Amino acid sequence: MTATVDTLRGTTPPEPGGRPAGRAVTVRVGRVSARFRWRSVVVPVVALVVVVLLAAVSLGRGDYPLGVADVLRTLAGAGEVSQRFVVLELRAPRTLVGVLVGLAFGLAGALFQTFARNPLASPDVLGITQGASVGAVAAIVLSGGSAGALLGGLGVPLAALLGALVAGALLFALAWRAGLDGFRLVLVGIALWTSGNALTDYLLTRAQIYDAAAAYVWITGSLNARTWDQAAQLGISLLVLVPLALAAGRVLGVLQFGDDTARGLGVRLASAQAAVVVVAVLLVAAAVAAAGPIAFVALIVPQIAVRLTGGWRPPLLASGLLGAALVTVADLLTRTVLPEALPVGILTAAIGAPYLLWLLVRGRRTTA
Amino acid sequence: MTTSTSEAPVHLPAPPAPPVRLAAEDLRLAYDDRVVVDGLDLALTDGSFTAIVGPNGCGKSTLLRALGRLLRPAAGRVLLDGRSIARTPTRDVARVLGLLPQTPVAPAGLTVADLVARGRHPHQSWLRQWSREDEAVVAEALTWTDMADLGDRPVDELSGGQRQRAWISMALAQETDLILLDEPTTYLDLSHQIDVLELVARLHTERGRTVVVVLHDLNLAARYAQRLVAMRDGALVASGTPHEVLTEQLLADVFDLEARVVPDPVAGTPMVVPVRRLHR
Repeated sequence: MTATVDTLRGTTPPEPGGRPAGRAVTVRVGRVSARFRWRSVVVPVVALVVVVLLAAVSLGRGDYPLGVADVLRTLAGAGEVSQRFVVLELRAPRTLVGVLVGLAFGLAGALFQTFARNPLASPDVLGITQGASVGAVAAIVLSGGSAGALLGGLGVPLAALLGALVAGALLFALAWRAGLDGFRLVLVGIALWTSGNALTDYLLTRAQIYDAAAAYVWITGSLNARTWDQAAQLGISLLVLVPLALAAGRVLGVLQFGDDTARGLGVRLASAQAAVVVVAVLLVAAAVAAAGPIAFVALIVPQIAVRLTGGWRPPLLASGLLGAALVTVADLLTRTVLPEALPVGILTAAIGAPYLLWLLVRGRRTTA
Repeated sequence: MTTSTSEAPVHLPAPPAPPVRLAAEDLRLAYDDRVVVDGLDLALTDGSFTAIVGPNGCGKSTLLRALGRLLRPAAGRVLLDGRSIARTPTRDVARVLGLLPQTPVAPAGLTVADLVARGRHPHQSWLRQWSREDEAVVAEALTWTDMADLGDRPVDELSGGQRQRAWISMALAQETDLILLDEPTTYLDLSHQIDVLELVARLHTERGRTVVVVLHDLNLAARYAQRLVAMRDGALVASGTPHEVLTEQLLADVFDLEARVVPDPVAGTPMVVPVRRLHR
């Protein structure tokens, strides 16, 4: 086989028409090589710049307004003491949690949608975030009772984390049949979603009115009053999970094909799928524990990202950064344009729900 | 040998038999509890071109899946170059053996060039994602399958025949000695069936690939393959050259078909002319 290649070396480059992916950039340093689509590099870079600017604007807004320049100067270490206190102590944790949560949801959505080969497969639709809601609401509502003493002791974020992990484990156990089939995964996920909602509703009916109000804010997803502790916990989790997710990128490109083709190309299907799902569930769990289930970010963002990059599967890095941008802009809007300080999840749900409908309607047309 | 002077030259030693690349030993294949193939033995030699034929549901695609490591045998084993394929890492298998499923799925919007580039996956690593060798092999595979001009077209916009060429191009770029194809001519009209089988035959003759193909059309199987394997009810009924296998008796035994077998006026290979279905 190598003989074929050796004889060919002299004849490259091939004729223009046969040039594979002509709009791609190839990078080779020694034995290390990679190929990028031009737009898959530009989109994340632009998204990153947008996230930084949005965050700077967001950090300046509030009862003590600051300009973007002041904010950036304060972040760089300069600025007055009062500015430092407002930006770094009061506002930065909220903004940072928003950015990180968006990043985690965007990445998790891209992972789920790619390997399930289904744009519907997002942690919202698959019941993972509902699992987290059940955990959190149980912790809030039952904390008075004897059964809930343990859950209440865990605290809301840990209970949410536990809920998400249980939902993820259930999804895995129920959908697994000598491998994971994308369609089956979505069906099982929708069943978990509805069960989770029913359980949450049941818990809310049993709650005291103040508990119910607190639980309600939590399950819509809110960035209000985040602390540095929460930002740090989420940041550390993502420091581990994001590289793992990006490392899965190469195998994801092959999982997009049918199972048989993927295995024929040398992918250990079961372990690759399991690894992708575990990383995605952990990303969602970490994000939900920090800010509640901010709805539909993981559903919408990967599809926007794939359209922007013009590829054939949701790009991981671009999905993560666009998720960060979406949550940041939604947070900014809820605090500025909208009349009252709504939880950020209301706004993302308002964008996401029509999108979900559109996806379902369009899906039926293409299959009909 | 003294009596055979009028035939082949006597004093030439017989050429050494080519080594067996892929073999099935006492193979039993089952989906859950339903046994599809039982007690099957098969040996495929290096450089051979084999077609597996048989009626619907005889287990021929199942056998191909097991030969390609897509299905774990319930009993017995498949040997690739003498080594149990189930114990060989997936990636090592994918460098020696390529396969084309019956109706392969490509993600929407994927271009032909991207599809063919995917064939390099078993040769790549996280650090080495697109070497010069990858680039050269993919370009050559596109040119060789006459798909170079369609490199930028999405696979889902191609005609059935073009799509099959694109997938064969991917299998070529995988650079495996063995290629298994499961009914590559399904859903194609006759001229495109010929087109695809000519391409598969060229994989064998020009590129030296060992080819195993599951085919429905007996006349085309007899014309292109060197060796036919006929199956019925999960068992191997006959194996040999098309002349040896495609007999009127075998058609009755395997396909419940009364038929005449006449020489193909073009290729001289056996050609089946059906008379009627036999009811047992």
